[in-house]
Amino acid sequence: MSSSTANSSQPLIEISRRPGRIQLTYWQGVRRRLSRDPISMGCAGILVLMVAAAIFAPWVAPMDPYKTSILQRLQPIGTAGHLLGTDELGRDMLSRLIYGGRVSLLMGILPIAIATLIGSAIGIVAGFFGGKTNMVVMRITDVFFAFPSVLLAVGLAGALGPGLVNGLVCLAVVFTRAIIRVAESATTQIRNQDFVEAARATGASASRIIAGHVLTNVSSLILTYASSLIGVSIVLASGLSFLGLGIAPPIADWGLMLNTLRQSIFIAPVNAVLPGVMILIASVCFNLLSDGLRTAMEVKP
Amino acid sequence: MNSVSATTERRARSLAGPRSHVEEDGPVLSVHELKKYFRLSSGLFGAARGYVQAVDQVSFSVSKGETLGVVGESGCGKSTIARLLIRLIKPDQGRMFLDGQDVDAPNSISVRELRHQVQMVFQDSYASLNPRHTAAEEVSFGLSAQGVARSEARRRANEVLDFVGLEPGVFADRYPHELSGGQRQRVNIARALAINPRVLILDEAVSSLDKSVEAQVLNLLIDIKKRLGLTYVFISHDLNVVQFVSDRVLVMYLGKVVEIGPVEKVYRSAGHPYTRALIASRLSMDPRRRIAAPPVAGDLPSPINPPSGCRFRTRCPIAEPVCGTKEPLLAAVGDDPLHVAACHALAPRSGHSLAPQPVSRTASPSGA
Repeated sequence: MSSSTANSSQPLIEISRRPGRIQLTYWQGVRRRLSRDPISMGCAGILVLMVAAAIFAPWVAPMDPYKTSILQRLQPIGTAGHLLGTDELGRDMLSRLIYGGRVSLLMGILPIAIATLIGSAIGIVAGFFGGKTNMVVMRITDVFFAFPSVLLAVGLAGALGPGLVNGLVCLAVVFTRAIIRVAESATTQIRNQDFVEAARATGASASRIIAGHVLTNVSSLILTYASSLIGVSIVLASGLSFLGLGIAPPIADWGLMLNTLRQSIFIAPVNAVLPGVMILIASVCFNLLSDGLRTAMEVKP
Repeated sequence: MNSVSATTERRARSLAGPRSHVEEDGPVLSVHELKKYFRLSSGLFGAARGYVQAVDQVSFSVSKGETLGVVGESGCGKSTIARLLIRLIKPDQGRMFLDGQDVDAPNSISVRELRHQVQMVFQDSYASLNPRHTAAEEVSFGLSAQGVARSEARRRANEVLDFVGLEPGVFADRYPHELSGGQRQRVNIARALAINPRVLILDEAVSSLDKSVEAQVLNLLIDIKKRLGLTYVFISHDLNVVQFVSDRVLVMYLGKVVEIGPVEKVYRSAGHPYTRALIASRLSMDPRRRIAAPPVAGDLPSPINPPSGCRFRTRCPIAEPVCGTKEPLLAAVGDDPLHVAACHALAPRSGHSLAPQPVSRTASPSGA
């Protein structure tokens, strides 16, 4: 702290500012601040566990998630051999939840990653160049904004047909428009700052200014916003599966499981709720992590 | 790559060792009838509602090694001039010459080359630094943009930071929020100097600093100018500061040049009533010479629809009918041909009652 108030040329702390010592870069600082936030680290731990379990599902899952048994339908939690009980076809819930994470987490993260790349590229270009470019891009984006996001996703998925790739595409489209908005408005603010003018005055090209000045200031905003969307994406993907527009059964997916267990909600309510709990945990963790990320990305002390 | 590093080598040398002599020949920078109107658009298709006449028919030149002070009220077009000089905005009309060569004309100096020679320091020391860049990153950015290798740019940045009085070991890795106002402005100056320009445009470069720091930075600027043989265009609304640093002063009013001349002449015997009012508006350190009444009444008229003829006539104490019909041209004040002002009361045969008679000595409206 004292370093920020040391206005005289005589530094108050000599040790940390010795010549030759490289100070933390911006991203190193972000990582350090994030790692000191217990909530973020707790959420990150849970998410790492979930992702790892999903990736190594064949080794982690105790049973075959597709093996049905008419005799062992809707067993309660704690049944011998089935830690979290079974579903309406007698399949092991724990194994299905672990396998279900594969599709659900993929549907949460991948569309957002694609939307962030495409959306920020379009948004930054529109924001930086302004004028007619901006108007054309943003009016087209507005057309997509005319639809509520769920309706747009459902409509696109309906048009493209069910399936994993189609689901990914329509979710990416839904989130790209939002990222374009955020990237464009953030860039428009940066574009008129004096330091961008100063960079232009030193003779830097547009691409260099975008890389050196715009991205450094806009990326934290976009990343925070995008990470908060992952939870939404998981829920939306589950919704698509629930409506039969995402993944087709018998593939395990949290949204789909929620859908099929719906009929059993009065017989085995706890079992029916379990996939929803997984969606809840994943999306809450992503949201809390994005909150922590936003705090860690604040430069000012 | 080789030639680039050779250039930087030369630049580094020129920074380390002062250019001892400055040749006082032709103008290094001159503009001719520069005009910039900003369009006010409204509605869906951006129909023009009018134009802000920010800079209108402005001509002046800056000689090698001199400091030209530019003064005027807020909104008179000072900053627009600065931005036009470094081509952050394009003029609507008029030409600009660097060493007598036409800027942005075919087969002449490109804007890119112009920015190698002319650099600018902005007013707001905080807004003009990227909050995510350290001092060294900020200073080396322009160099990297011009193709200097990263490590070389970084070395050069440290050198320039040291030159402006910021010990690189202490300040190079600091972010803007870790610096004081004066230190930030030094970083801004270092960024401009890193390019090794010959002309520095200082747009209210010390105005936002507190008084003690302002004096430090002013002295630094004067010292840099001497050591590097730079030419300054010093834009400020602070008449005392302009008097302190300038060789010549240019007074602007509503986008027009109203008076240009050597600093002591303009301050001692101003030709234009506006300049006289400006100089009279300076506060005195002596309480017995306290000013009670404002020397210029009223606000600046709208630059969208400026008064006809002389733009100052609405606030001028000696305005006459001729001032509303004819636009005054720059006429000599007294016997110095370098000291000119745009006032009908100074131009012979202008029709103004105070205008000097062609043969006799001047009726000296500047006697105030």
